[in-house]
Amino acid sequence: MYVTPGYAEEAAPAEGEVHTEVGVEHDAGHAKGVFPPFDGTTFASQLLWLAITFGLFYLFLKNVVLPRIGNILEVRRDRIAQDLDQAALLKSEADAAIAAYEQELAEARSKANAIGQQARDSAKADADAARKAVEAGLESKLGEAEERIASIKAAAMREVGAIAEDTATAIVQQLVGGKPDKASIAAAVKAAGE
Amino acid sequence: MANDPIHQFQISKWIPIEIGGLDLSFTNSSAFMVATVAAAGAFLFLTTSTRGLIPGRLQSVSEMSYEFVASMLRDAAGSHGMKFFPFVFSLFMFVLVANLLGLFPYFFTVTSHIIVTFALALLVIGTVVVYGFMKHGFGFLKLFVPHGVPGILVPLVVLIEVISFLSRPISLSVRLFANMLAGHITLKVFAGFVTSLSALGAVGVAGSILPLIMTVAITALEFLVAFLQAYVFAVLTCMYLNDALHPGH
Repeated sequence: MYVTPGYAEEAAPAEGEVHTEVGVEHDAGHAKGVFPPFDGTTFASQLLWLAITFGLFYLFLKNVVLPRIGNILEVRRDRIAQDLDQAALLKSEADAAIAAYEQELAEARSKANAIGQQARDSAKADADAARKAVEAGLESKLGEAEERIASIKAAAMREVGAIAEDTATAIVQQLVGGKPDKASIAAAVKAAGE
Repeated sequence: MANDPIHQFQISKWIPIEIGGLDLSFTNSSAFMVATVAAAGAFLFLTTSTRGLIPGRLQSVSEMSYEFVASMLRDAAGSHGMKFFPFVFSLFMFVLVANLLGLFPYFFTVTSHIIVTFALALLVIGTVVVYGFMKHGFGFLKLFVPHGVPGILVPLVVLIEVISFLSRPISLSVRLFANMLAGHITLKVFAGFVTSLSALGAVGVAGSILPLIMTVAITALEFLVAFLQAYVFAVLTCMYLNDALHPGH
């Protein structure tokens, strides 16, 4: 109420007379000098239409729009949670696969070690066996050789007596003449040999 | 008339209706209430109609307003308060869209009339009182007796609390009404300076640049105020509803 006349006075010199007159006329005609927001005659209509429009708006939002938006948000939240769950699941699967892989790797490594060890052991055993066989062969050949040497030595020793007898007989024949007694020569050789 | 800053608040009858001596005409105010409701409802309805899992821009706006009001209510009144969510959301959207629509030139601002804001404020306080007594019976009156007040001070504190409670609908409605009214009058006055100064000739046109800049700046400010007042209205509604839900301080 106070604003209107105050402004009208201020605006009047700037605007010129025609406008001011129109303003006054208008004020007087329409609102009867009452500031529109405080004009009680319009209250009933405003209240009625506010009740109708706001009521319908409330019902529309409550029954249609808000459940829909809430549903959209819920679906998205579920979807995100589901995706996160799936990601966690995949991650745990990946972890399990890595663990299995590492276990198999460790097993393979230990198996490889075992195989290596076994191969080394068997090779060693083979080598030992071969060495033993060779050694045994050599041993037996050595024994044989020694035996032969012994037999040859014995044979030689035996032949040495016969040769000495023959030699002695020949020497006696040459020196003494005649045929010496075979038995006595043998005894002599024997005595000389001892 | 063109420069009268009060003219924009004038209510004009579009379809005269009179029932039992009461003037219930369909006025420009009614038309803009319908426009507010239709615009807000249609926007919320149409932008969410695809129910996109990945929201588009407009759907994001609807979702953001939903979550904005929801978190506001949850923060102020706890999860029990969510039963009032449709109510608070409707209030917020109605006030916001009415304020924003009012910023268009030649448009009527529904919330610039005290009877409308007062009716909305009474609706809020009425809901608080009715629900408070329904839920807590006379325990709701504990609202007026804060804990830990010395016995001597209780009558005084109760008196202050009752007065503050009764002043709530008034402060709630006057805040919104006065902000809208004052903002629109200021805007109109500065815009009026531009036209009246320009009528004075070259010097006047040069001089009218300043009020023109002011008009632009105030328009920006009014957009902020339009949102802020809707927000304040909704936040206070949430806080008052919290009193109805949890009367013990």
